[in-house]
Order: sequence, then C-alpha cells, then structure tokens
Amino acid sequence: MLKINNLHASVEDKAILKGINLDVKPGEVHAIMGPNGSGKSTLASVVAGKEEYEVEEGEILLDGENIDELGPEERAHKGVFLSFQYPVEIPGVTVTNFMKTAINETRKAKGLEDMPANEMLKMIREKSEMLEIDRKFLSRSLNEGFSGGEKKRNEIFQMAMLEPKLAILDETDSGLDIDALRIVANGVNKLKSKDNAVIVITHYQRLLDYIVPDYVHVLYNGRIVKSGTKELAHELEAKGYDWIKEEVGA
Amino acid sequence: MSKYTEDDLREELKTKEYEYGFYTDIESETFPNGLNEDIVRAISKKKDEPEWMTEWRLQAFKVWKEMTEPEWANVHYEKPDFQAISYYSAPNSKPKYDSLDEVDPELLATFEKLGISLDEQKKLAGVAMDVVVDSVSVATTFKKTLAEKGIIFMSISEAIQEHPELVKKYIGTVVPQKDNFYAALNSAVFSDGSFCYIPKGVKCPMELSTYFRINQAGTGQFERTLVIADEGSYVSYLEGCTAPSRDENQLHAAVVELIALDNAEIKYSTVQNWYPGNAEGQGGVYNFVTKRGLCEKNAKISWTQVETGSAVTWKYPSCVLKGDNSVGEFYSIAVTNNFQQADTGTKMIHLGKNTKSTIISKGISAGKSQNSYRGLVQISPRAENARNFSQCDSLLMGNECGAHTFPYIEANNKSAQIEHEATTSKIGEDQIFYCNQRGIDTEKAIALIVNGFSKEVLNKLPMEFAVEAQKLLEISLEGSVG
Repeated sequence: MLKINNLHASVEDKAILKGINLDVKPGEVHAIMGPNGSGKSTLASVVAGKEEYEVEEGEILLDGENIDELGPEERAHKGVFLSFQYPVEIPGVTVTNFMKTAINETRKAKGLEDMPANEMLKMIREKSEMLEIDRKFLSRSLNEGFSGGEKKRNEIFQMAMLEPKLAILDETDSGLDIDALRIVANGVNKLKSKDNAVIVITHYQRLLDYIVPDYVHVLYNGRIVKSGTKELAHELEAKGYDWIKEEVGA
Repeated sequence: MSKYTEDDLREELKTKEYEYGFYTDIESETFPNGLNEDIVRAISKKKDEPEWMTEWRLQAFKVWKEMTEPEWANVHYEKPDFQAISYYSAPNSKPKYDSLDEVDPELLATFEKLGISLDEQKKLAGVAMDVVVDSVSVATTFKKTLAEKGIIFMSISEAIQEHPELVKKYIGTVVPQKDNFYAALNSAVFSDGSFCYIPKGVKCPMELSTYFRINQAGTGQFERTLVIADEGSYVSYLEGCTAPSRDENQLHAAVVELIALDNAEIKYSTVQNWYPGNAEGQGGVYNFVTKRGLCEKNAKISWTQVETGSAVTWKYPSCVLKGDNSVGEFYSIAVTNNFQQADTGTKMIHLGKNTKSTIISKGISAGKSQNSYRGLVQISPRAENARNFSQCDSLLMGNECGAHTFPYIEANNKSAQIEHEATTSKIGEDQIFYCNQRGIDTEKAIALIVNGFSKEVLNKLPMEFAVEAQKLLEISLEGSVG
C-alpha cells in the first residue's frame, strides 16, 4: 500500500530524512520509534505532503502511484490520514461542521454528491459512541480549549469519520492518561481491517501494548537503523536507545 | 494659464445654465458638474419638493461650504473634487446593456457563485428586461401587505410628497445637517433613498429585504434613509445587496437615520459590496457614510454590517441611548483585501439610566489592505448604571496588511461598567495544513476559518442574508493566499 524508497527530505536546507525505506502492506500495523529529533514527525509530515519539506531524493508510492507531486488535500482524498501530534485550533468552527466539510470535500473530489444529512448524523452518532465522546463535545469549536486528551480523542474521531486507507498516528499517546489511552487504542483497533494500514509513531512502548504492531522500526538520525517485531519495542523499553546508537556508530 | 477660480466656475456654470436652460426647464437627465446654490435648488425642484425641503437643503449647503473634509481617519486617498461631480442624474434611466452577453463575464461569474437568479442578474447589471419580471408583482403584493398594517415603506422622494409631516418632523433630528462634512453634503444634495414608518405597536411581518434589494440597484450616490419605529413597534431592515455593484460613481456619501420611540426595536442589517477597485488598487468607491440611531425609553437598535466592498470606507453606525433602559448593539464584519482601506466602528452614546450597549467587531485584512476599528463609548454624567461590552477581533492574512484598533472610552459616571476585549490573530500555515490534511483545499480552508472567526456576527444576520454573506466573504478573499 505504502512504499517508500530511499527518501531524502530537508527543511530549510537542513537534511532530516537521509534514505528511508519502508514497505507497508494492507492489514499491517507498523510502529516507528526513535529518540527525539530522529525525524519521526518529519516522516509523517512528508508522507502527508506538508509543503515546507523538500523531497530531495527517492519516492513515496501509494498503491503503486508516486504521490510526490500531489498536494496534501489530494493525498487525503486518496486515503492518507495524519493524526497530529499538536492538533491546531480553529475558533468558531465546530467539530461537526469541520467533519462535514472534510467529508464532503473528499466526496466532491471523487465526484460524489454531498453526504445526506441523516447519514452524516448517523455516522457521527456511531463513531462518537465508539470513542466514548460526549455529543456536546461535537458542538465545540475545533480543539479550542480542549485538554490534551480531548484533542487526541478528537483526532481519532476524525479518523473514524474519514475511514482512511493509511492512518499515521503521530505521538497520539503523548498527553493521554491511561483511560484515554485505552479508549483511543480501542478505537484504532476497531477501525483496523485487512484493507487498511496503520503507522504508529511513538516514543514509548506503552501504546504498543494496546495497538499491537506487526513490525517495529527504529528511526535514528534520518534512517531506519533497525527493524523487527514487537519484541524489539520491549527491548527498547528495557534498554533505552543508547545501545542502538552505539550499534549504528560502530 | 491662470488658476481656475471659483469665480470662473460660477461664470462657466451660468453659461451652461443658459446653454441647457436647466434653471427653468430641465431637459437633461444629468446636471452639469459642480455644486452651488442653484444646483441645490434645481435638485429640489426636479423632485418637486415643498419649499421647506428646499430651504433645508440650502441650509445644509451653507454649512457644508464652511466645512473641510475630515482627515482624522486612518485612510489615505486622493480627495474628490467636489466641483467635478454631477449631483443629479435620473436613477434607472436607461439600460446600460441590451443583453447579458455584453456584461463583464467576471461579474456574471460572481453572480453565479452567489446564486442570484437570472432576472435579478439582469436587473443588477443594468440589462434591459424583455420579460415582465416577477419582482415587480412581488413588490406590489409586498406593498399591499404592509399597507394593511399601516406600514409606510417608500422612497424618500415619495415620502416627502405623501407624508411631509413625518419627514419634516424627523429628518435631521438624529444626524443634523451640520453633523459632519459628508452628512452636510448629503443633506444638500441627496438624490433619493428610503423611508419607512412603523405605526405604534406594529410588528413588521417581514424582513424589508427582497423589495429593497431589487430597488437598491441604480440609486444614486447620495442616499438618504429614514426609519421611524413608533412606540412598541418592531422592524428588521436589510440594506444593500450581496451582488457586486459596479457603480461608476466614485463617491458615495449616504446618511441613515433611525428613530426608535419608546419600547420600539429596529434591527438594521447591511451588506456593502461596492466596487473595491482592482488588484492594483486603482479605482473603487469612496464610501463615506453617516449612520445613527436614536433610542427613546426601553428602545433597542441593532446595527449589523458586513462590509466587503469599496476602496475606502469611513463609516460608524452609532446609537444615541437617550431613553432610560435603552439598548444599542453593533455587530460588524469588515473585510479588506488588495489595497482596500476601511476605518469603521461605532459610537455608543449613553445618556439615559440603565442603558446597555454591545459592540462586536471582526476585522479581516488580506493583501496590502488596512483595516481599522474606531469606536467611542461615552457615558454621560446622568447615565446611572450604564453598561458596555466591546470586543474587537482582528484576523490577518499574509504579512503586508494592517489591522488597527482605536477604542475611545469616556466615562463620566462612576457607576458605569465598561469592558473591552481585543485580539489579533493570523491564519497560520499550520491551520491551513491541518485542513488540507483532512481533504479541504486551501481556498475552502480560508473560507472555513474566516467564517468561524466571523460567526458571532454572521449569526446576527437574518437567515437568508447570512448564507449569502458567508459566500460573499469567501469570494472577497479569493486569491488572497498564494
């Protein structure tokens, strides 16, 4: 589904990604771990198409199509979803209105009519129940005055509504207490199917107890330096990142 | 060549008078350029006005001659040459075009986006109508319903003929002739405008809108509006049109006076979309408007405005809260793009006891434009327990525009409670990217953010107007982020 070949990317002439290779197949969950500043969030942004990042080399293929020239909204229309580490506030725009716009814009891009209001309401009800979201929450301005946990839950709610092919969760666990973490993880697990894929970017192994990855990759200094199964995450949890750094340095 | 003096002008005018013979019998539909007493008389005569009205205009003209154009506003423009303007041309005289094919396609595209019917498009663009339009009969039915309630709604010229006692009693009572330079000018030369009277205890059963929108197009540059809500009555009045007006008149100096008698309520909503000039800042309308309302006991006046047009805007819809317990409200969205300049806000003059005012102003600046809020909250010594809440928010797009806030507060009574909040924010690339990532393109994202920002004011507009206004905001900001 997602194939990244020898990806080099920079921001303001500073090289951040230095040759990433990654192959994510439908139905798989991949975890990307690594110390601060290793390029995890950059990788997420580059795949989503953030314009400040310059792709210097390599390619990103989605279902075999090079998406390098596509704008972020076009990638979204093709089913790429990014759960933001720091979701932005949009005052005066309710969660419901935002979702309605997002869904209908995506449908429009596919040549479909707007989703009928009753269908939209039904979907909102189902998805908010699944994520244990209070309906009142949906009439609030997007992320304005939300707690850290609310913001993250809202990201997963949006993911549920948009039903993406490829979801990238950027540090979705940060700022969550254990109950919120469980709810969010359950939500992600319910959304998983044999046709979609999830990339979980995280610092800690904690989230991976709930969202169990098929593969774990360690990103360090702009490269994937080690890949393995979920046991690798446990090893990292126990031993930290220093041994990896040494291995790479050696 | 020696300097062209006023004497020369007078001389020239005299010859012209003779040439066209307009002093006694005016054939021409457009007066020669320039302004003097004779022109003022001629306007009044052309409209068959009674003597008192002519005198009133002349008085205004005398005052105007002694005044100078104000310079305190935060706007810069080349001052109009008041002797180079023609002060009368018959409204709606001849169609400008024979068919829609001749109309600027860009203008038509905008009509399309606003969802304006074909017939109305023709009317607005000044196209000759070959079919009898629905609107005519709509307007007639409308008038009938209103008449049954005793509501008077007609052009001010008609009102001067048919209800001179009402016009004479109220005109100039809220905005006196000498109020300011443009108000004085308007008082001397106003071409036409609207008049509305709601009798005691009557709630006007409809928004005075459709009718107005159709009749609005083509009215002159010096409009005069007078709305009187008698005791215990209510009216919601909609002015302007979301459709772009490609008016050739450079200068617009309108006056609007509202009078809300005891326990009456007037809701006055405006959408202003005059030609803002091109992207290089050439052309566009100078919009210098004086709007003010007077509230008697327990009365309420709400001004709601969406200002997206004009090259230069100078406008402060105000409330004089004379009666005890009266309420004044001002809700405004002002959008400036490219080289537009707006200096707009309100004055809330608290005279009565327990008077209350609310000001919510949303300024949106893009391109190289300058957008200023200027507001005065004045509490007089006898206004016990007066309260005001003001909120001024500015939204900036890009790095070349400006937002300015000039709040003036004069509290002369210790019991006054005044609150002022102000914020400035910028549409961030992060917000845009977030929207993009959810499948919303940049243009739509800006519209969404701007509508969210303006929501508190949009909510104050009558429903059908609000939808149009929302679309208008989107169109006004098109291409503002590259």
